[in-house]
Amino acid sequence: MKPRHKKLLWVLGGLSLLGVATGLVLNALKSNLNYFYSPTQVSNHEAPSNRSFRLGGLVVDGSLKRQTDGLTVEFIVTDTANNIPVRYKGILPDLFKEGKSVVAQGKLGADGHFVADQVLAKHDENYMPPEAAKALEDAKKLNAGKAPKL
Amino acid sequence: MIPELGHFALILALTLALAQGILPLIGAATNQTNFMAVARPAAQGQFVFVAIAFACLAYAFLVNDFSVQYVATNSNTRLPAQYRFAAVWGGHEGSILLWTLTLSVWTLLVTLFSRHLPQEMAARVLGVMGLISVGFLLFMLLVSNPFDRLIPAAMEGRDLNPLLQDPGMVIHPPILYIGYVGFSVAFAFALAALMGGRLDAAWARWSRPWTTAAWMFLTLGIALGSWWAYYELGWGGWWFWDPVENASFLPWLVGTALIHSLAVTEKRGTFKSWTVLLAITAFSLSLLGTFLVRSGVLTSVHAFATDPKRGVFILIFLAIVIGASLLLFAWRAPKVGLGGKFALISRETFLLANNVLLLVATGAVLLGTLYPLFIDALDLGKISVGPPYFDAVFMPLMAPAIFLMGIGPFARWKEQSLPELAKRLKWAFGVALISALLMPLIIGKWTPLISFGLLLAFWVIAAGVYGVWSRLAQTPGVMLSRIAKQTPSWWGMQLAHLGIAIFIIGVTLVKGYETENDVRMNIGSTVTMNNYVFTFRGATQQAGPNYQAWVGDVEISKNGKLVTTMHPEKRNYLATGMAMTEAAIDAGITRDLYVALGEPLENGAWSVRVYHKPFVDWIWGGCVLMALGGLLAISDRRYRLHQRSAKASDALPVGSQA
Repeated sequence: MKPRHKKLLWVLGGLSLLGVATGLVLNALKSNLNYFYSPTQVSNHEAPSNRSFRLGGLVVDGSLKRQTDGLTVEFIVTDTANNIPVRYKGILPDLFKEGKSVVAQGKLGADGHFVADQVLAKHDENYMPPEAAKALEDAKKLNAGKAPKL
Repeated sequence: MIPELGHFALILALTLALAQGILPLIGAATNQTNFMAVARPAAQGQFVFVAIAFACLAYAFLVNDFSVQYVATNSNTRLPAQYRFAAVWGGHEGSILLWTLTLSVWTLLVTLFSRHLPQEMAARVLGVMGLISVGFLLFMLLVSNPFDRLIPAAMEGRDLNPLLQDPGMVIHPPILYIGYVGFSVAFAFALAALMGGRLDAAWARWSRPWTTAAWMFLTLGIALGSWWAYYELGWGGWWFWDPVENASFLPWLVGTALIHSLAVTEKRGTFKSWTVLLAITAFSLSLLGTFLVRSGVLTSVHAFATDPKRGVFILIFLAIVIGASLLLFAWRAPKVGLGGKFALISRETFLLANNVLLLVATGAVLLGTLYPLFIDALDLGKISVGPPYFDAVFMPLMAPAIFLMGIGPFARWKEQSLPELAKRLKWAFGVALISALLMPLIIGKWTPLISFGLLLAFWVIAAGVYGVWSRLAQTPGVMLSRIAKQTPSWWGMQLAHLGIAIFIIGVTLVKGYETENDVRMNIGSTVTMNNYVFTFRGATQQAGPNYQAWVGDVEISKNGKLVTTMHPEKRNYLATGMAMTEAAIDAGITRDLYVALGEPLENGAWSVRVYHKPFVDWIWGGCVLMALGGLLAISDRRYRLHQRSAKASDALPVGSQA
């Protein structure tokens, strides 16, 4: 093999590897990005109905209801402007509390409930998940002057 | 008084760091021996003062001095003494102090073990490390002082985050930091070599043990963090592709590439520019990790923007470090020249492929970690990149790297014939393939992914065993002396590769065969899982030193015989009111049983997580083997022998220049 051919082979090998890697990354990104929606956006039907997304806000006080199996829970998430009921089967994280912020990941169900497959635990009680904080902030801007529904 | 002493010690450390960072570099550039001689005493003095500052902060924690803001935020009178000590690095300010202390310990070690180096090389290495230290000391003194007073003093501290009140958290950060910061030595060696224009085999040989040592600690630190998450977060996961985890994993990936590239540079004198670039990248990613974790940018880009002092400081520091080292690289690297030539099929090529794959994987993980931050910073919405992204990208990139790992050690330097390689390795591959196909059938469930994971692991093991066997067979003498005749670094390589295989087996079997059950358990009710019967006997209240706990009582039996009783806890920490799950784990070589309390239900019933995790401990066992492999490699006498001979030969050119 001539040196020139060898160099060409190296370059081609490198480029094809880079191509494969880029393809992998783009493909994986496309199917695994989780977009975030606030309760207001969900109420306005801006959220997708067939793919998973994240919902964040505050858990409404007194809204947590447990079904008899002891595992399925329902609670309401609010951004103080709009409320979305959430259903989740599983054990809630330690820092889940009524009146505190929460981020849930899942899909919209046919009955209008947000069916969560994951409720996110955070490391510190005083810490508010950025998504939840943003939802509250947006609602506040939107609702300036209007009385909240709660 | 004591906190002021600590503050003052930091200021003195800064002045010494400035002397250590500036004078030796000038001395090396202008060939003034007395300037270069400043490096060692300045570095050692700096260590003393940073250690004093650290001791002062630890003292403030032990005596509950709540007039210090940082102590009041991160401690409490009811916190047990060992956790009050660990609380020193429980928050931002103290972590940076620990970072700086770690850096000064590494620098101290360099001053002690660099006597054989040419004076200008040692002066440059210590000078670069001094400059890094200047950055961190300035950071503490200007924007993140752990000794800031709180006036009036708090009556009681706010307590350490309960998640951190755990033995694993006491040792995880120091070990991780030793690893992180250790790459500063490799970085300093690379820059020193660039400045001096001597990127040669001797330089690679000097930096190899340091790099391997840092890599070893980083491996252990990451494994400890993963193990801690597994038992402390209460839901049995061991890796989440969380940005904080990625921050420690990125330098590990590049560090792994670096130790392989250094091997090529030492043995063959080639890959020199590439090795330097890797050393710069590994340390830059360590700094980037510190920035990500410590600036609050992960919590919220916007929170970061409202209190930007710290983040901006680290960002500027990062820009200076990366910018200056890349500039130096661009200026000096073209003079480095190429090393020995090698053919398309050769050990060099295999190691190059390993490097490229590791770097591409690093890029993919980095992209997934930073992408949401960029999108948020540009106000394009809020997104998160889930673990499936990382799984989908990382696995396909690592699979070929692992496959090459089996072949690489058999390939010759310079040129290797492919048919010969295939002939030597066909049996190892055959054995691995057949056992990987059959093993899942014996266990009970076959999926392509399980078989593929096992194939990679068995392939590495089979090739390794064959490699060891054929090497020993070629060595004359009795078995014991044959084993002793191989170099420790060769054994270290074999052991670390075995560690990877063990790790893959753990990951594959846990992902393939774990059983997770979230159930409601009444008193006396049972759950059966993989022949284990879990019986819930109720939960009782008990008081801990600074918490109240519900302690569950779960009996495990197998074939009618009692195996063990497990006591998962649900704690409520008094100072913060935070709830914490303490999982109970019955660990074993072939399986872990994992029980965690969920929430109390009516009539003494609880929701409970009951998990069966086959071979999960192999994940961390594999990491320990990798670290042990690193330890063996460092212990190689070759480094000390070569150092002595290097001293004799290297002294000449330096002297002749003068």
